[in-house]
Amino acid sequence: MKYNSMDEANKAVIDKITGSAPFLVDVVPAKEKVKELNEGKVLLHAGPPIKWEDMTGPMQGSCIGASLYEGWASSPEEAEKQLAAGEVKFIPCHHVNAVGPMGGITSANMPVFVVENRTDGNEAYCIMNEGIGKVLRFGANSQEVIDRLKWMQNVLGPTISKALKLTEDGLNLNVMIAKAITMGDEFHQRNIAASLIFLKEISPFIVQVDMDETDRKDVIQFLADTDQFFLNIAMATGKAVMDAARQIEAGTVVTAMCRNGKDFGIRISGMGDEWFTAPVNTPQGLFFTGYSQEDANPDIGDSAITETFGVGGMAMIAAPGVTRFVGAGGFDDALATSNEMAEICVSQNSNFTIPTWDFQGACLGIDARKVVETGIEPVINTGIAHKKAGMGQVGAGTVRAPKECFEKALEAYAIKLGLIE
Amino acid sequence: MLHTIIKKNSYQDSINLMLLTNSVSTMEGLNKVQIMMATPANKDIFKTAGLHTPELEAAESNDMAIVVDTDDASLIDKVLEKVDQYLQDQSISNKKQSFETVRTWDKAVDALPGANVAMISVPGQYAADEADKALDRGLHVFLFSDNVSIEDELRLKQKAHDKGLLVMGPDCGTGILDGVPFAFANVVNKGRIGIVGASGTGIQEVSTIIDRLGEGVSHAIGTGGRDLKDPIGAITMMDGIRALENHSQTEIITIISKPPAEHVRNEVMELLQSLTKPVVAVFLGEKPEQYVGNVYQAYTLAETAYIAVDLAKGNEVKPDYNAGDFTVENADLKEGQRTLKGLYSGGTLASEAAILISDALGLGTHIKNEEGYVLKHEGHEVVDLGDDKYTQGKPHPMIDPETRSKFIEEAGADSSTAVILLDFVLGYGSHDDMASALLPSIKKAVATAKEDGRTLHVVATVCGTKNDPQSYDGHVKALKEAGIIVKETNNEAVRTALSIVGLQVEDNQKKHVEGEKSGKEFDLSVSDEIASLVSDRPRVINVGLKGFTDALADTGTQFVQYDWRPIAGGNARMAKILSLLK
Repeated sequence: MKYNSMDEANKAVIDKITGSAPFLVDVVPAKEKVKELNEGKVLLHAGPPIKWEDMTGPMQGSCIGASLYEGWASSPEEAEKQLAAGEVKFIPCHHVNAVGPMGGITSANMPVFVVENRTDGNEAYCIMNEGIGKVLRFGANSQEVIDRLKWMQNVLGPTISKALKLTEDGLNLNVMIAKAITMGDEFHQRNIAASLIFLKEISPFIVQVDMDETDRKDVIQFLADTDQFFLNIAMATGKAVMDAARQIEAGTVVTAMCRNGKDFGIRISGMGDEWFTAPVNTPQGLFFTGYSQEDANPDIGDSAITETFGVGGMAMIAAPGVTRFVGAGGFDDALATSNEMAEICVSQNSNFTIPTWDFQGACLGIDARKVVETGIEPVINTGIAHKKAGMGQVGAGTVRAPKECFEKALEAYAIKLGLIE
Repeated sequence: MLHTIIKKNSYQDSINLMLLTNSVSTMEGLNKVQIMMATPANKDIFKTAGLHTPELEAAESNDMAIVVDTDDASLIDKVLEKVDQYLQDQSISNKKQSFETVRTWDKAVDALPGANVAMISVPGQYAADEADKALDRGLHVFLFSDNVSIEDELRLKQKAHDKGLLVMGPDCGTGILDGVPFAFANVVNKGRIGIVGASGTGIQEVSTIIDRLGEGVSHAIGTGGRDLKDPIGAITMMDGIRALENHSQTEIITIISKPPAEHVRNEVMELLQSLTKPVVAVFLGEKPEQYVGNVYQAYTLAETAYIAVDLAKGNEVKPDYNAGDFTVENADLKEGQRTLKGLYSGGTLASEAAILISDALGLGTHIKNEEGYVLKHEGHEVVDLGDDKYTQGKPHPMIDPETRSKFIEEAGADSSTAVILLDFVLGYGSHDDMASALLPSIKKAVATAKEDGRTLHVVATVCGTKNDPQSYDGHVKALKEAGIIVKETNNEAVRTALSIVGLQVEDNQKKHVEGEKSGKEFDLSVSDEIASLVSDRPRVINVGLKGFTDALADTGTQFVQYDWRPIAGGNARMAKILSLLK
């Protein structure tokens, strides 16, 4: 290790995070950025590696939907047969510079955001938010879902791509996040302010795009309706920033947290791209009428990259508006949650100051050592999927990252450094 | 039939759970119940209690384990309800706290950047590590925790001394810094008498008597009971003495200890004789024959306080403060009723009683301790119920009346018992109303004796001040109304008990002789950190027992509460890895 102490290494990691300059520069079909998607039937999924037979309902449902969307199968039954027969290759999003919400299923022709981290020149990708209700990321795969994905491929993606090109420089995401965090967003459960800022920034360019007027109206309407639109941008932002931080290759800062419905996986800065996994927990929270905890799918999705980046559940206090929705009792509970999270972080991010936290910065750099030392597990704000494929979202709540992942990571790192056998 | 309830990841500190266990135990129909965190050590305690179950074995250190032995399985839900209610009430009553609570050292230091003292009350096995971390952060340490090895104590004290810091403890039960009570301590008026003491209730007895005599205490610095033994060599005591020598508001220095190792005693004495301020010293068990130079050695704790007060007031110091008329009118005794039973919650008060009784019996004045008994001779007994022997898995007798009630009733049933001697120690940390808690047992013991045709005499002393959270006057009144003889000091109480059985102590008339300066040069200077500790209000990080913050809050002291939990949930391998990944 080229650093004199773990604290020094961790400092280098968080300097990378605060020094990052993520810009939203484009929207392109996933296959243009992820070459693996051009090599036959390939799907990206959320979380650490997982086999078809181990996937929970929502992820399997998404895979079926993606097969139908890509035209590999003409019926859900046929798709399922192909998937069960092993005809489709699976790769974690995280292995190809991508992240995906919930099931995270990403196929060749789906449009993805391209976030460029200008400090290090690396990029990260994430599919676009489909809105709520019957959506692919929760395992829905009806015709309505496929039709929307096609529209996103043919209309929404290209329109935003053209608009972004008109901006010349792309959109400065640090600035947008800094503004939205003062407006009550935490970027996991609540993105309405950031989504509006995005709409504000992009609409002057959308109106300049040479396109069909009905399509233009549909695009604007979709952006106006989709409160969580910015979530996927925030995820790609987190990925781009944390991947750059991973280059330090030392220290105990968590550089990724993700879940595949079966396992929770983390990476730490000193252990490169190795995953440390433990069985996921099941989120607790509030349910839509007619559903209960019984229906909840175990924790799933790459969206915990937002918490890794220091927002989401880590910044609960920034979003008092949703604290009750995600299971916290109220303002005091949100404050207690963020105070607790600050205990396990290296520092606080002066780029993102939170007015409701007396202008303290968002959490910066989860230190796996502090997680293990205190037993305080990072909290994640999350949507809750129905455990059966296709039923979609049934609630929202919080879930904790299992301590065991952090213990395994530290143990491996201590062994790697020759400190222990 | 054993029933097990495991509450996953539900950490509570052990005192809380003991009190909870007591509260649940009162339910009808339970044979036995034990509630503890499921640490490996606690699992052994369950085993000893015959309450070990497979579910318990599978539980982890951060899980709360409730094991109930009952023949009525329907009670289990009620137990759980009671547990939840207890914890809930506690969380509600804690809700309006205005101080910051943290979970790591880093946050603690962030929350109170000016902190200069860490008060540590974590389980013994973790205490040395936490004290180390406090010293690394430049904090003086008040180490309430016990079961710290002598090797760790020496290492910590040497490290502290080198850094210009003080380690008060381990096993430091009491302290007063600039009027702020630490741990089990009384609300004592501020004044010009400084104390450095190696004993908890010794400090409490001396400081409260000083208060009741109208004088006050500048600081009372605890050192821990082993400080004057080998190999520690009085590191904290000597730094504490230097601190008070340099503190201009302290005019009189008082030191309290059990007899030190010979060479340590000589070194401390030489230091004391080199001071510019008058010193009162008590080495419990030594019966001094003279005052030497500026050092006035006392025989008892009360005498220590009286000398200090006379010195503070500029009065002439008398040759003796202990003797007096302690006759009790109409002290009926039946044939064979001749023994004294001292049932103490305060360790030093018990020792003092043992010394005086032993002296009156012509057995000399040195203290022993066999299984908590500091005296056991021909039926006379003095027992320190705060000894480890009686506090395994149970709260200290200053908090919980249970063990002492049992002893009182047993003493009442013993036909040889003439007098039961009791201490009531008030102040922060202690039971809200120990008089009311013990009176039923006392009355029962007196009644039992009466049925047997005996008059059982009960003599008590109340160690406290008018400003303590409990009412000093109320305690004295309640005890007197119950027919108990209440004396102003432990010394007087013991001598009263002795006079009932026809015994008395012969006291020395101490002459004042010139001191001999050793000629050795002592460096009396102190570090900036120690100078600032005694010249300012303490600013405290309380690591562990939340109850200790009451005194800090009531005195308007700046503090932060560190809700400490075992590192890595008590997982030794992870703790080791954490210590390596620095």
